[in-house]
Amino acid sequence: MNTNVLDYQPKSLLQRLNWQDWLYAAILLSGAVYAYSQYSQYMDIYEKGFLFGAVAVFSYLGWQWKSLAKLVLGVGVVSIFSITLYHGDQARATQAFLLKYLVSSQSAIMWMNVLFVLAMAVYWFALFKRSEFSGKFASSLTWTAVLMGFVGLMVRWYESYLIAPDVGHIPISNLYEVFILFCLITSLLYLHYEQRFNTKQLGGFVLVVVNAAVGFILWYTFDRQAHNIQPLVPALQSYWMKIHVPANFVGYGSFSLAAMVASAYLLAKRGILASRLPSLDVLDDVMYKSIAVGFAFFTIATILGAMWAAEAWGGYWSWDPKETWALIVWLNYAAWLHLRMVKGLRGPVLAWWALVGLIVTTFAFLGVNMFLSGLHSYGEL
Amino acid sequence: MSSMRFAVSMLSVLGIASIIGTVLKQNEPYENYIIKFGQFWFNFFEGLGLYDVYHSGWFLLILLFLVISTSLCIYRNSPSMVKEWRTFKDHATEKSLNAFSHQETYAFNSGLENTKQQLIHFLQAKGFQYKVKTHADGSELIAAKAGTHQRLGYIFTHAAIVIICFGGLLDGNLPLKVQEMLGHKRVETLDIPESQVPEVSRLSINNPSFRANMTLPEGMSDNVAFVRVRDGYLVQDLPFRISLKDFRIEHYATGQPKSFESDIVITDPDLKTPLTKTISVNHPLIYKGVAIYQSDFQDGGTKLNFKVWDLSSKSNQAQTLDGAIFQKGVVGEGADALKVEYNDFRKFNIINLSPDGKGKPHNVGPNITYKLRDAQGQAKEYVTYMQPLQIDGKHYFISGMRETVQQDFQYLRIPVDSDFGLNGFMHFRATMMDEAQYSEIAHRLAQNAIAADKNAAVKTQFEDSVIQLMRTFAEGGYNRVAQVIEKSVPENEREIAARTYIRMINLAAFEAYNLSLAADKKPLLVNNVETQTLIQDSLNAFSDMFFYGTPYYLQLAQFEHKEASGLQLTKSPGQKWVYLGSALLVLGIFAMMYIRERRIWLSLKPANQQVHFAMSSNRKNLDFEQEFNLYREQIRNLMA
Repeated sequence: MNTNVLDYQPKSLLQRLNWQDWLYAAILLSGAVYAYSQYSQYMDIYEKGFLFGAVAVFSYLGWQWKSLAKLVLGVGVVSIFSITLYHGDQARATQAFLLKYLVSSQSAIMWMNVLFVLAMAVYWFALFKRSEFSGKFASSLTWTAVLMGFVGLMVRWYESYLIAPDVGHIPISNLYEVFILFCLITSLLYLHYEQRFNTKQLGGFVLVVVNAAVGFILWYTFDRQAHNIQPLVPALQSYWMKIHVPANFVGYGSFSLAAMVASAYLLAKRGILASRLPSLDVLDDVMYKSIAVGFAFFTIATILGAMWAAEAWGGYWSWDPKETWALIVWLNYAAWLHLRMVKGLRGPVLAWWALVGLIVTTFAFLGVNMFLSGLHSYGEL
Repeated sequence: MSSMRFAVSMLSVLGIASIIGTVLKQNEPYENYIIKFGQFWFNFFEGLGLYDVYHSGWFLLILLFLVISTSLCIYRNSPSMVKEWRTFKDHATEKSLNAFSHQETYAFNSGLENTKQQLIHFLQAKGFQYKVKTHADGSELIAAKAGTHQRLGYIFTHAAIVIICFGGLLDGNLPLKVQEMLGHKRVETLDIPESQVPEVSRLSINNPSFRANMTLPEGMSDNVAFVRVRDGYLVQDLPFRISLKDFRIEHYATGQPKSFESDIVITDPDLKTPLTKTISVNHPLIYKGVAIYQSDFQDGGTKLNFKVWDLSSKSNQAQTLDGAIFQKGVVGEGADALKVEYNDFRKFNIINLSPDGKGKPHNVGPNITYKLRDAQGQAKEYVTYMQPLQIDGKHYFISGMRETVQQDFQYLRIPVDSDFGLNGFMHFRATMMDEAQYSEIAHRLAQNAIAADKNAAVKTQFEDSVIQLMRTFAEGGYNRVAQVIEKSVPENEREIAARTYIRMINLAAFEAYNLSLAADKKPLLVNNVETQTLIQDSLNAFSDMFFYGTPYYLQLAQFEHKEASGLQLTKSPGQKWVYLGSALLVLGIFAMMYIRERRIWLSLKPANQQVHFAMSSNRKNLDFEQEFNLYREQIRNLMA
């Protein structure tokens, strides 16, 4: 047999693209060009960069992961549909039928909450019943929850401008908004691993932490009315927020996901659910990959934070409690990675460590706002 | 010290040490710590440097250990990393290949050269670099590598930590600490004018790194800033002069602040024309390496005009008093005189006044904070709002008093008059204090209360008791009345007596209020529910006056607002090092985690027509297993 070596050459990304991929990128680009033609006079140079940077980033991500491209388009279509229903009047959010019950910012976020709860229940059902169909259904629920969540944030962004042009801002500025972001990013990271490792058994575990956040969102909404859009304090009025906060939440999301996988690992190691869960090697690999992604993004986020701090507070590092706890989280996972990468350590010790890491991360994310005061006091409880 | 165990321990120790400074609030005024811990523990904690953990000697020592340990790691491991990065490991022997966990042997049919070319093409297609070595026995070894840049990640990340710490050191306070220890510099702890601060507490314009603060009132200029150190400060001389033309706060429609901006002018002999610039939060100005930030704001000496009411006097006239924030004045005369210290004026106060706390906060207008100090030096602190505040649907003038900083303010609530002013209450109060008015009030009460046919003696007795009661009430409000009841009424009759007295005081107050209104030629009160509430609130306020701690009520009549902008000035030569280190760190992390080092050896043995394939990676994980299995199959197909 005469096999051609070239058959074995991995195709480069550009070679792998088909016409749909190019169409997807073209849609993103034309959207950005339209936005630029309409609003460029209100943007500074960095925001213009982010606008087209987002086209590049989401094109690349969508090319690498086709499901994400569908999500991006879906969020775009539903959000634009929702926005057209407003007729420029915020009051219609609670008057127009479709807005009130489906796609106003607040309703979409509530749908996200409901769908996450359902998805978790179905994932666990699928795990116990070994039901492939249920697993697929749970996965669809999670995708829909993510879709609704992003629609909620997009429409909220638009709504903030309806309150007053000077109030308008990206909805990642307070604890309520970033909790939604946390749910979305953690779920997306999970969905990525779900496809990559072709396993739906971990969904129930990961959605536990997502639903803990959902519980917080509900409490925060109904008890504290935190869903009301507030204008930005002067310190937050900066383009840095648009990159610092999402980068941070990729970090937080990854660390949380790793901790939940670690809990699955520890159960499987003791023989609990072992026959239903992926092999220990796979669990270990997901945990490592997740922490690696989290560490990289958390590092970037902290550096971006330092650069922002240098511009807003007059120093790149002030030992503010939030900064210090970010450092502690960073040191924690740095130590974890040292043991894993240099010493080649595997097994329960690292899984336990990843679980404890979740506590440290949660404190940095939430505890600092609750118990300590400092420069980062934007989301007080 | 370059061991793995030491490095992980260092990371943990640094993490735990960092927690301390987040739990205990850092760099507070020292009095706060003394109040919190008491003198003994205050001294103990001060010795440990807990009030500024991150600049304490022991914390710097931990950082130093981290840097040394990391440097040693680099020193020890870099040569081997560089070697791994470059080498093809083409000295591998057949024996060593046999020891690999991932290997396979194939037979080849086409000629040696042909097979070799095919395998080389395969490796190239997979992105491997290769090197061919021919042995004496005619066998050939193709040694290939991919992803060895991962090894650079190790050097980058570890060098990054050292560079970041070095940058931090440049911007830290170590040089100052050393100068302090040598006695070249001394922290000034006295509150003296800047010009009197001695040379030993001043930092020259050549100081390479500092973080200092400056407060500039509008229309003023300065060329020094203050560096806060522990419980004192140092004076930083600047190579230029900054003047503040204007400071502005813009607000959203909801009243929350939207922006803080300062129009500043920099004058410098090196500049032909002064440099004018507006700075705001997130938009600093950098001049001569000094970054000038909008940091905060405070009062810049607002001018104030007061009406001073003497609550103990029967006069219904107020005196006037002028003052300014940060200045001192005097109220009262002779032995009763009190020193007034005007501390703060706030033009906007966003407060949530809804009873359940769930309503929206809104702006309630200006307030003033001042202290009244007596001849013994004892001071009470007051906060007074200029405009009436709406509480439970009614409007009150609010003034709070406290004796120490730890206490909450106790508030005096004075109901507004029909013009939303304070005069109504003050004139009512004067009438209630004025004994000359009592007989008229008593007379009016008697007329309403006692039937015309009753004899004069009953009437006189009633009037006398009203006068007596009013006198008692004027001496000390409800409290004084309660004392009198307790002293003179048997216990079982006290409740009835109290009720009767309160009713009489209410009636008397109604008449007193109307008397004061008549004197001012204002429309009189008619007896209805609103009036009863007004009388009740007025009596409560009257009674609370005795707990107000001073006879002087300072009503803010007018102000001329003057603000001061708080600027932060920093010079940080380490910043570019920190950013360089950060860039290296990110590059290194991505290299370490996302570049996978893999090596392949293909040994061609013409003697027995065999190819020996071996593969290894410095990190054996699932990805590697999958890749090995794929290559194994693909090479098998090639060889078939």
